[in-house]
Amino acid sequence: MKLPPFEYEAPTTVDEAIDLLAEHLDEASVLAGGQSLIPLLALRLARPEVLIDINGIAELSGVSAADGGVAIGAMTREYVAEESKVIADTVPLLAAALPLIGHEAIRSRGTIGGSLAHADAAAELPAVARALDAEFVVRGPSGMRVIPAAQWFEGYLTTARRPDELLVEVRFPTAGRGTGVSFQEVARRHGDFAIVGLAVSLVLSGGVISDARLAFAGVSDVPVRAAAAEDLLAGERPSAELFAEAARLATGDIDPPADLHGSSDYRKTVAATIVRRGLREAAGNALERQ
Amino acid sequence: MTDITLTVNGATCTGSPEARKTLVDFLRDDLDLTGTHVGCEHGVCGACTVILDGRPVRSCLMLAVQAAGSEVTTIEGLAPDGGLGTLQQAMWDSHSFQCGFCTPGFVMQATAFLRDHPDAGEQQIREALSGNICRCTGYQSIIDGVLLAAERNRER
Repeated sequence: MKLPPFEYEAPTTVDEAIDLLAEHLDEASVLAGGQSLIPLLALRLARPEVLIDINGIAELSGVSAADGGVAIGAMTREYVAEESKVIADTVPLLAAALPLIGHEAIRSRGTIGGSLAHADAAAELPAVARALDAEFVVRGPSGMRVIPAAQWFEGYLTTARRPDELLVEVRFPTAGRGTGVSFQEVARRHGDFAIVGLAVSLVLSGGVISDARLAFAGVSDVPVRAAAAEDLLAGERPSAELFAEAARLATGDIDPPADLHGSSDYRKTVAATIVRRGLREAAGNALERQ
Repeated sequence: MTDITLTVNGATCTGSPEARKTLVDFLRDDLDLTGTHVGCEHGVCGACTVILDGRPVRSCLMLAVQAAGSEVTTIEGLAPDGGLGTLQQAMWDSHSFQCGFCTPGFVMQATAFLRDHPDAGEQQIREALSGNICRCTGYQSIIDGVLLAAERNRER
């Protein structure tokens, strides 16, 4: 359908955007890349009075190496992040996930901050952010807040951002030596939302897993860490038996939704398979990064 | 209404679209460039794909006012003299269309993809076009056309 009418604002600074948010609060929606919000408007699932278009705010775009990590401006386009050498070198899990987002034309417009603020739990970036404990920098009338990923995702399409705040930056930690990653997803077609997705990051030191992080996409209304499997893996040497046990633990705690793409049990079976695949791939490339 | 100026297929164009008007509707209704098709109107089918500042985008997923200052290439801009470009000719030769509704989107997406991946093989082309939906062909003839264009581009 055609988009419903709305009042259109196009601020050029973060301060102006925050003033507009403070004025309109829940009546306003923030338009980033628009690859999720514009469909929601077309389908009448979103009916904001005011659309605050932040595409003209230059200060929100860019990738920079920060203290122990990488800071990505919220309006950085997904294709720009995909082509970023800094991200490829320092946040390999993010680099692995980026090409799997939608299709090329979607990544031309879609933004890092937009996807994470939209917070679709079936999407790739929320799982990556949750796995790596990314930090979300928001600005509002009362200043800046930094929100850890564990608190950012509150529920279905819901984040800890208050209505008068703007997500301005997301910070990802740099992968250290011995880090191996994998992003796994099973979808009916290339580019579709995953039936189940999984972000994996392992650190191997001296042949032993010193840190294991697994976050599922598409199994709940928020991205979900597989805590029991992570605890099992830490301190162990990689093996097929260990990964099979991790898959059993990881899928024991989830209760994925059923839809036309698959039943809950099917999703659990897929989840177990991609845990094993993801751990195998991550362990393999951890050895290459010693 | 907001006054905008943009470049479409090399020509400077102006207009005053309502804020809620999408780029595809602006191209079709205001600029009479009806080669770009409106399919699903929510970013799933790819029929409205155009090239914006060198990148393929879905013109139903952006507002016309957001294209102010940009350079847009539509299907009408690929062969300005009324002939066919290499890709269009190769798709013609491969019978890459039946009803033709999805064709402009496929052509624009494949144009952008072949420019960046001149040596692409079948699997890469399939993945690159996976965001465009055709309800007639079964896709095989479309893939054949794009592969033929890639081959002809390499021979030139």
